[in-house]
Amino acid sequence: MLGTAIIVFREVLEAAIIIGIVAAATHGIRGSRRWIGAGLLLGLAGAGVVAAFTDAIGSLASGVGQELFNAIVLGVAVLMLAWHNIWMSSHGAVMAASAKSAGADIRNGSSECSALLLIVALAILREGSETVLFLFGIASAEGSDHSMMLGGGLVGMFMGIVAGYLIYAGMLRIPLRWFFTVTGVMVMLLAAGMASQAAHFLIQADLLPSLAAPLWDTSTALPEDGIPGMLLHSLVGYDSRPAGMQLVFYVFVLASIGFGMRWVRHTHRTKRSIPMKVGK
Amino acid sequence: MNHLKFASYLLCLAALQMPLVASAEDAAFRLVIKDHRFQPAELNIPSGKKIRLMIENQDATPEEFESHSLNREKVIAGHGTATLYIGPLAPGRYAFIGEFNEATAQGVLIAQ
Repeated sequence: MLGTAIIVFREVLEAAIIIGIVAAATHGIRGSRRWIGAGLLLGLAGAGVVAAFTDAIGSLASGVGQELFNAIVLGVAVLMLAWHNIWMSSHGAVMAASAKSAGADIRNGSSECSALLLIVALAILREGSETVLFLFGIASAEGSDHSMMLGGGLVGMFMGIVAGYLIYAGMLRIPLRWFFTVTGVMVMLLAAGMASQAAHFLIQADLLPSLAAPLWDTSTALPEDGIPGMLLHSLVGYDSRPAGMQLVFYVFVLASIGFGMRWVRHTHRTKRSIPMKVGK
Repeated sequence: MNHLKFASYLLCLAALQMPLVASAEDAAFRLVIKDHRFQPAELNIPSGKKIRLMIENQDATPEEFESHSLNREKVIAGHGTATLYIGPLAPGRYAFIGEFNEATAQGVLIAQ
């Protein structure tokens, strides 16, 4: 039962952390809750479909379809997170100013919400499909105590969701002055970690060279299957034995989003500094 | 930021030194999963060379091949086959598990 709980916890944790962070980062954007809910449902349905077609997906592209699929899903999520962050960097300052005076729910981000839907749906799709397969395996196995193990699965799922919620609730307690900076950095690290994971799958599929593997080995100091390693893996993409190519992807995504945010903020500021005609 | 830029520059430089296309003749090795066990449970592979590992799952239930020491993870459907690439590895022992049946599904790659 404990084994089952731990496996499901691991899978759910990653998706829950992603959802917790983007839910906090978009807190107060009108309609964001509804879009997150829709993303949840879409992701769950998608996870079932992906689980059912595991074999078909896996045998695509001469046996590396699963890696390609994961890399594409991660790649789209990275793009959406990057776009979200760059969009926020142009609006964040305005939002912070008006939120201080008028309270929450003043932001209007309808265009922003489709990205939110995709990020949530893709996170659940990827981690959820593995959970579905695992639980399906238990349910169809003979002779073992199904109800005990499925109970363990539910416990693991619950724990994962609690962890995601704690991150969400914790982020909302950040003072407004720091809120956009902290959420921005967290989303950036999340995206970079996902890019590194995408590189990891492309190396496994032999579509990218690994460049020095492993680049370092911290598996004894901070193992990935321990709780701190697991949390760091989900939050900032920690890998105890990364390949060089993973670091290239990580740094590239961090730098791109960072420059994108700076550039947008800069053009936004120049635009606003041009005196505008005040018409009646 | 300048340190980051410098580091990524170095890494790109390193990338240029590497052959981008893998040779088509990577040695192939085979593992079978049966009754939630790997056969063979110990597989000898050459070190310093990239290998192609084919895993055939003869069980009806899915399995996830996972190894932190190899930095690999892959789901294999029930009665399915999967291919993944490993290495080049330094000589040593690299443990792997079937995550969905960790109690029995254990094995080790020995690179020599």
